[in-house]
Amino acid sequence: MRPDLSAYWQLTRAGFRKQANYRLAMLAGLTTNVVFGFIRAAILFAAVAAAGGELSGYDQDGISAYVWLSQGLLGAVELGFAPSEIGDRIKNGDIAIDFTRPVDVQATYLAADLGRAAYTFIPRGLPSVLVGALTVGLTMPETALPYLLGVVSIVLAVTVSFLCRYAVNVLGFWLVETRGVRSLYGVTATFLAGLYVPVHIFPGWLSALAHATPFPSILQSPIDVLSGRVTGWDSVQLLVIQAFWVLVIGALGRVLTTAGRRKLEVQGG
Amino acid sequence: MADLAPRTRRPLHGTWHTPYAAVIGSRIRAQRSYRASFLLDLFGSLLVGLTEFAEVWVIFHNVQVLGGLDFNAILLVFGLSNLAFSLADLLVGHIDGLPTFVRMGTLDAFYLRPQPVLAQLMTCEFSLRRLSRIGVAATALVAGLVRCDVDWSLATRAMLPMAIVFGTAIFAGLFVCAASLQFFLINGAELTNSFTYGGSYASSQPASIFPTPLKMIFGYLVPVAFTAYLPTLAILDLPGPAGLPTWLAWLLPLAAAWVWALALTLWRWGTRHYQGGGG
Repeated sequence: MRPDLSAYWQLTRAGFRKQANYRLAMLAGLTTNVVFGFIRAAILFAAVAAAGGELSGYDQDGISAYVWLSQGLLGAVELGFAPSEIGDRIKNGDIAIDFTRPVDVQATYLAADLGRAAYTFIPRGLPSVLVGALTVGLTMPETALPYLLGVVSIVLAVTVSFLCRYAVNVLGFWLVETRGVRSLYGVTATFLAGLYVPVHIFPGWLSALAHATPFPSILQSPIDVLSGRVTGWDSVQLLVIQAFWVLVIGALGRVLTTAGRRKLEVQGG
Repeated sequence: MADLAPRTRRPLHGTWHTPYAAVIGSRIRAQRSYRASFLLDLFGSLLVGLTEFAEVWVIFHNVQVLGGLDFNAILLVFGLSNLAFSLADLLVGHIDGLPTFVRMGTLDAFYLRPQPVLAQLMTCEFSLRRLSRIGVAATALVAGLVRCDVDWSLATRAMLPMAIVFGTAIFAGLFVCAASLQFFLINGAELTNSFTYGGSYASSQPASIFPTPLKMIFGYLVPVAFTAYLPTLAILDLPGPAGLPTWLAWLLPLAAAWVWALALTLWRWGTRHYQGGGG
């Protein structure tokens, strides 16, 4: 009973189209993205200036690229306390319907999320980077390779982020209310992914702690590849680490789903 | 949903605040009855406070001075800003959920009761979990006051409570502005985060690092510089940057009045625009 891949491709396209309907929400998201971008840029510019013009390999243009690329990616990778459809469906029992479908539950939601993420680049991702480029300026690589590797890295980042949120949400099979764990996840992931300050300027022990988690693979890695901070073989290494987390967190999600399915009890009929 | 207070504890003839007290009391008891969930929430809120502090700390791990303030002075800014924001969040932050109330039709019930809609919304929730973030902010504030070796002059003793009270009022007013705009935005709820959470983020930084347009916005339009940065300058007797002189700090009540004038105007405008959620 193995469905062909076209079913998942349809789901990805549906996720893309669904997102396209929320125009006002996207505009609102972009505005908020840009305001936070200006505040973050001001803070990190001041920090770079106070450090004598260079901070852990970032000069002003470099830190600007970091700020605006991360603001641009934010809509796609959905860090933070994001409500999740699958969590709600576990809570209200609709997940039982998902289990009866001839497609894999985890892959179904991943396909839809990739579609959603792809759409966010049009109204949120690219405009954020453009605003940064036009107002404060940023340096981007001039060769094609960082962009090609960057696209792969972004797809992996969106996948890691989805798989992490999926794993947190399927804990709902055991916990009645997942709000607590979801908010703990959101806070930890946002910080360790390097959203407010790049992981590269963390003190040694904190950086080691961050790299022991999948979170830098969600934000810091795609930015490093895309901005050309790392190049050549080093970028490939980052992609391998991202792929490693896709496998590990993906497997974790599958184990939890199988175990949760056995425990699932839906009332009523 | 928890029941209201038991009958014996509820006077038949109350004063104007009796119904509000009854609702808040019931919300507090409801949260405490799910102990594990409540402890997890408290811990989550503590972690929010700690990571916000960690962001500031990581930057100061790399530099000595930011925007003319050293780490000790930043503790004051961070403490004041976070204390005011989390107090406002505790008191009125839940009106953020207005779009949900509108969509579910709950708001219509508020319209039917003989009390002001805004007062009901403000008192319909009291999230105790926010107390742990208030704790983090208060700790940073006390540490800042001790490490800065402040001069406990009359000015300091007057400025400190003023900053906490009017700073909380400023953030609470911003929450009301945000909620008022929700009547028009519905699907664009995220827009207002730019000045509520964005304002809170900006207020925990020395405003001197901002480019002039941001300095004017956060100094005068959305006057969050009044909640922490300006009071810190006044307490430590430091000069302010161009456009934000230190004596401005004494106009704190005026800044709060401006935000609340804006908030109440927007609220009137929003509630008149509201046509009901249907259904």
